[in-house]
Amino acid sequence: MAVEASTGTSTQPALDPVLLRVEDVYKHFPIGGAVGEVVRAVDGVSFEVRRGETLGLVGESGCGKSTLARVVTQLQPATAGRVVFDGQDLTRLSGSRLRRVRRQVQIIFQDPFASLDPRMTVGEIIAEPIDNFGIARGRARQERIQELLRLVGLNPNFTNRYPHEFSGGQRQRIGIARALAPNPTFIVCDEPVSALDVSIQAQIINLLQDLQHEFNLTYLFIAHDLAVVRHLSNRVAVMYLGKVVEVADRTDIYESPQHPYTRALLSSVPVPDPVVESGRDPILLQGEIPSPVNPPSGCRFHTRCPIARVPGLCSETEPELEPHGRPTQRAACHFAGSEIG
Amino acid sequence: MAVLLRIEDLKTQFFTSRGVVQAVDGVSLHVDEGETIGIVGESGCGKTMTALSVLRLVPEPGRIVGGHIWFRERDVTKMDAEQIRAFRGSDVAMIFQDPMTSMNPVTRVGTQTEEAMTAHERFSPKDAMGRVVPLLQRVRIPAADRRKQDYPHQFSGGMRQRAMIAMGLANEPSLIIADEPTTALDVTVQAQIVTLLKQLNRELGTAIMLITHNMALVASICSRVIVMYAGRVVEEGPVEQIFKNPQHPYTWSLLRSVPRVDEKRRSRLVSITGLPPDLVRMPPGCKFHPRCAFREDRCSEEEPALTEVGPHQIARCWVLMENVSQEAARKLEAVTVPHDVAQELKAAPELEEAADGG
Repeated sequence: MAVEASTGTSTQPALDPVLLRVEDVYKHFPIGGAVGEVVRAVDGVSFEVRRGETLGLVGESGCGKSTLARVVTQLQPATAGRVVFDGQDLTRLSGSRLRRVRRQVQIIFQDPFASLDPRMTVGEIIAEPIDNFGIARGRARQERIQELLRLVGLNPNFTNRYPHEFSGGQRQRIGIARALAPNPTFIVCDEPVSALDVSIQAQIINLLQDLQHEFNLTYLFIAHDLAVVRHLSNRVAVMYLGKVVEVADRTDIYESPQHPYTRALLSSVPVPDPVVESGRDPILLQGEIPSPVNPPSGCRFHTRCPIARVPGLCSETEPELEPHGRPTQRAACHFAGSEIG
Repeated sequence: MAVLLRIEDLKTQFFTSRGVVQAVDGVSLHVDEGETIGIVGESGCGKTMTALSVLRLVPEPGRIVGGHIWFRERDVTKMDAEQIRAFRGSDVAMIFQDPMTSMNPVTRVGTQTEEAMTAHERFSPKDAMGRVVPLLQRVRIPAADRRKQDYPHQFSGGMRQRAMIAMGLANEPSLIIADEPTTALDVTVQAQIVTLLKQLNRELGTAIMLITHNMALVASICSRVIVMYAGRVVEEGPVEQIFKNPQHPYTWSLLRSVPRVDEKRRSRLVSITGLPPDLVRMPPGCKFHPRCAFREDRCSEEEPALTEVGPHQIARCWVLMENVSQEAARKLEAVTVPHDVAQELKAAPELEEAADGG
């Protein structure tokens, strides 16, 4: 398949180590009024996800991470840019060719209450992708539904029950079974545990890890919980106001964050250890995320940044994502790595 | 330190068509003057209902059916309507998770803060007006003299929570009950609020009862922690002690079920199987035994009492973690996905794909 898709690069190895490339993707939402104002939810984002890895995508509410999830899965079209999955640009596919890729790309949503149709039985919910992609019929179909339920730790005889009969954690398991039904290679997990109680969160996190191992899955794991992201990810990208501000291997970004926003984020998270906590001193940012309708000039973070030179470079020139710190690290900051006094 | 609040054998129940929900089932605890305590547990463990009972704000069809709540020398459960009105806000203030639903959307923030003072007649209308700006400044609202004119929707989530805290502080209460005060907030804003709460405790000596499911937050703010499960206290002790040496399997599991942002080596999370019990039909014996990996025979027969397990530390458990072997504990980290099922699922669709192509 790679032979046809990649024109002119016939010497490429058969299997590209990168499964998903997001290239300069924009997603703008028009808002009312005649002036043509838009919410710049995703504003020029590029990153890649390698086969078999988990890329964690973190950021605070309104940074555009969930919009990005919807663009990557083509639930919403990008305003501009390319989403290249396994050599194919999804933004240019339609009809049966898009369907074929969609089978490979599944999504797990945050809210286990809103993401399951209350009028469908669990069996019908899980059968939907099986039927859509023509994976199994008749007895094999029924067996597959029951196996999927067993796989995610639910009673296989529950196929005739409705979502309201299940707890939040159990519903999230149903959502996971649905995502796994067409044997995908790539799953976007959009805040899959943030609506759950802590003990249930651990159940779902362990399940996602076990499934990744068992099925050799690639995850794009979107969350605001930096501890959960560190636990699950191989690499981590940090978003701020529609842009990626830093990306690196998990250990590098957590041990030596280069962007002042990443530093502030990490220093803000309390640790369940009173001894560590007594010595922790968070970097307190001023104010909150500005509006994505009129993002600040230059570096978008300069209005809250503890080291920004304003007026000056930071308020005038937008920094590019460039190598800083350790070899795997890239950060979009003119003064990356500078001490925060 | 003198005791500020003492709850004795509190029972709060809800009378529903399904039966009696035992939301709080014999809770005893105390808060010293100026102390910061954390009450932790999952949803439905009774922590919020304990707090609402202290303010006699238990919603219908619930009511306090037993026990005493001593605030200094007075029993809150015996107060009449006038007394409880004076007590709320002036002695104890409560901060809720969602500041938007707890503020009046059509009244300016400054006016609401003022009302919090004049309602208790502790300050004259003139004094109250003069105190608004200093209060808003104390909770670090920028340009307070201008922002007091704003309506709640003009504030960001973090600023609303700060304004709520300002209203809570308006009458200089001795105790602030903060119920998941940062759960709805982003992490950088959470850090601002946590820093603020710590400062208020240090500078004004206001005692804080923090209700949360977030163990890290407790480690950050509190000096003592109370763990609740199924409407009862299952463990209590100084924060260092509880985090280092938890004795109840529930506390132990809660601490190991959350990843740490400073984790050096990836460890497997401990997950607690099953769900908290139905508070209408509680299991016999220890209420945690159906989910407990270390249970013994008697755990399902007789409920253990709170007993001393360390310096100032008490736990309600027949087994205790000090008697659990490391091997037994490590079993909880086992992989749970059935390998054989996964193999079959992987195999099946390949056949179809071949059929599709041919």
